[in-house]
Formats: sequence, structure tokens, C-alpha cells
Amino acid sequence: MAKPNITVPKPASGAVALLIGTRKGAFILRGDKTRRKWKLSDGIFIGAVVNDMVMDSRGSRTILMGARTGHLGPTVFRSTDLGKTWKEATQPPAFPKAPEGETGISVHHNFWISPGHASEPGVWYIGTSPQGLFRSEDDGATWEPVNGFNQHPQFQTWWNPPDQGPPDGPTLHSVMIDPRDARHMYLCLSGGGVFESQDKGRDWHPLNKGLVSEFLPVPDAEVGHDPHRVEMNPLDPDRFYMQNHFGVYTMDRKKGVWENIGKKLPKPYSDHSYPIVTHPRDPNTVWIFPLDGSFPLGRVSPNGKPAAFVTHNGGKTWKKQTKGFPTQHGWFSVKRQAMNADSHDPVGVYLGTTGGEVWASRNEGESWTRLLTSLPEIYSVRAVEL
Amino acid sequence: MQVHIPTPLRAYTNAAQVEANGATLAELFADLERQFPGIRFRIINEQDEIREHIKIFVNQTLAPNLDAPLAPNDRVRIVMAISGG
Repeated sequence: MAKPNITVPKPASGAVALLIGTRKGAFILRGDKTRRKWKLSDGIFIGAVVNDMVMDSRGSRTILMGARTGHLGPTVFRSTDLGKTWKEATQPPAFPKAPEGETGISVHHNFWISPGHASEPGVWYIGTSPQGLFRSEDDGATWEPVNGFNQHPQFQTWWNPPDQGPPDGPTLHSVMIDPRDARHMYLCLSGGGVFESQDKGRDWHPLNKGLVSEFLPVPDAEVGHDPHRVEMNPLDPDRFYMQNHFGVYTMDRKKGVWENIGKKLPKPYSDHSYPIVTHPRDPNTVWIFPLDGSFPLGRVSPNGKPAAFVTHNGGKTWKKQTKGFPTQHGWFSVKRQAMNADSHDPVGVYLGTTGGEVWASRNEGESWTRLLTSLPEIYSVRAVEL
Repeated sequence: MQVHIPTPLRAYTNAAQVEANGATLAELFADLERQFPGIRFRIINEQDEIREHIKIFVNQTLAPNLDAPLAPNDRVRIVMAISGG
């Protein structure tokens, strides 16, 4: 593999927007360059479940949205004017029709959206529930299944059937492309684990060495783990950070072994959470938002005291960040796509709660301000530079 | 024949009633898709199953699947079952 040739990007200094997906529609919260004044858009596709909404990070500024309603099937909407108008994909992600006499699966929702490699403008990937990987080569208008993964000979041993796994269904998420090599890809199954392809998705292999999952008959099995969110560090594409069902992990791809870095989180904060956020210019800085991971699966801020945690040394130590959050009765739940960072200096960190609140920090998590209340249940928050 | 379109699908048809043809529901939905691209996948999944919370009536009879036969003067209603919250 080529040596990293990644330069540290200059901090952004312009206006920021948050693309917010909720259980009842989407919203765009536009901020000015000071990130102090914010204006919320009207609701977009109110009533539609929006699991993810992502702007092209390669310059085209196309926004893709995965949407469905309680009745209608899943689809993808596209906007090329920052959300003013939307056009539906002419061929949304769909699994192949099963041969006569066999039972096929159908996409329930488009869960995760990732732009492709910078050298392939117009290429996007979507991860679905039930777990499947889909690719578009025309900026999201039409989608084809990535059969190298969806029909891999080992797929039946990797995935969770539609009726098993998380409450909203098993998902494929955290699709990541090596910035040095468009053929080198990663994805995650929740549950299932991390998988890697070095030939643009034609073949895949598990990448779960070092993970320990207590719910598995063999806790350090090759597959079956539950990564909630994985981030490739933008400055070091061989450095990964994972928020797992059981713990926070990092991996140096050259070694290929996940290392648990969540054990030093202080009680009652556990190493159970969903999002994990990397710093755009510091490969050793990562944020998490711990939830109560104990039985019976509270999945809220422990004791009603919300806190983000940051590490500045790759997980050797963690610092609690609570300033501005409620000191009591703050029963936050934050889903895996609902915490994100901008590229300013200092970095802005944002999160959305299932109670419909949006919180922001303009100083890398040192203090937090509530930007919005009363949105529907928030599924995703993506910060974009305008 | 006349097809009644429920509110959530009128973004495709711009009308509450449209004309479409077919000897079976499968053929009718192929015609609807030709006229209003994208509408079929919101109603019928990739396994050719009517989606979970959608019901299709031919006159007064609930159609079990897309094999249901149609006559030229039948009326087809696409209905959103009550589900939500």
C-alpha cells in the first residue's frame, strides 16, 4: 500500500449547516460563520423516516437522503441546491428478485450514506437494513447491489437475518474508502463486524481480530461482533476508531488488531455508546457520548447526567465534558449518526438526541449550548461546510 | 380502468384518480409505472409483494397479490392501512 500522502487541511472559516434526519422528516439548520446564529429550515418530507442525509464531501454539494414512511417503501432523494428542491432516485436500492420458489429479501430502509472516493465523482454507497451494500455511479440517481458483498459465499455466516439484531433491524453502516486507493474499502455490520475489500468490493474478508463480544458463544470469534460506528481517521487512513456494543476500540490497520481503549472511562459512564467522532486535523482526538449500557439496556445518559468524553491521546486517557449540559434529569439518547464535527478551529461538535434536541459546542466539547428543542426523534446529524 | 390514488402517492400522479390498464394487478402496476415513474416501488417491493401497510382493493374485494385478475370496468383503490404514530 502506498504511503500516506495526506496533508493537514486548513480549518474551515465559513458558514456551517447541520443536516438533521429525524423519524418524522428532515431539517437543515444553517449557521453563520461564527456558529452563533442559526436558522432552521422548514420541515422536509415531514412524516418520512430519514435515517441519513449526507452532502458530497468531494465538492459537488449534492445532498442524498434515505427516506421511507410507515406505509411507502424506501427511497432516496437528491438535492443539488442545498435542500431547496429534491428529486427522487429513479432506481432506489433494491435486492434482486428471488428465483421462483425461493424467498427473497427487500430493503426496509436506507440506513447509511457514504460518498465514494475523490477520484470517482458521482459514486456513492448506501448501506441498508436488512444488511446490504449498494452503489451508485450517477450521483445517486440509480443504484445497483454490490454483489461481491451481498452475495459473498460467506455472507450467510456474516449477516443478521432481517428478523434478528437491533430493534430497528440489522444495519450495514460506516462505509469507508481509503483516500489513497479507491479499491480499498471497509464496511460494518451491526451486528456482524467489520469487513474489508481490497478490490473495490469484489471480495471481502472479516477484520475483527481483537474484538471481544460477551454475547457470542466464542467471544473473540472472527465474525458476529457489533460495531455501532467506526470512523477512519481523516489524517491517518490506517487509524480507525470504533464505538462497539462492548467497548471503545482503535486499530492500526498495519497491525490489524483492535485494541480496547474504553476501560478507563470513569463510573458510572460506561464504554457503551453509539456515535464516535474524529477530529479533522488531529488523529489522536476522538469524542464519544457514553450511555447506560447495563441491563436492562437503558441507553440513556447514566443517572440523567449527560456527558461527552474526549481523548487527545488516542484513548490512553479520557476527559469528561459536561459544561452546559443539564446536571440532572438529562436522559439523553444519541444514535450512531447523530454526533458529528465541523472543520473549524476550534472544531465544532454537534449532537442530536432522541428527544429532539440539538446541542453544539464551538470549542471542541469544552462547553455545550442547546440550539434546538422539540424536533422529532433525531436519527442523524451531519455537519457540513457551506 | 380508474385507479384511486391515496394522498401520499399523489406527488407522483398529481391526481386522486388516474386511468391505467392491465389484465392483472401486475400489468396494471406496470402501466402505472410507465405513466408515473417511481410509484410502483413505493407500493410493491422488489420481491413483487404488496408492502406491509398497503392494501389494494379491486372493486370491494381485497387483492391478495399481484396475480388478481382485472376486468376493463373494475375500479382499483390503493389504500394506506392505518398505521403510524
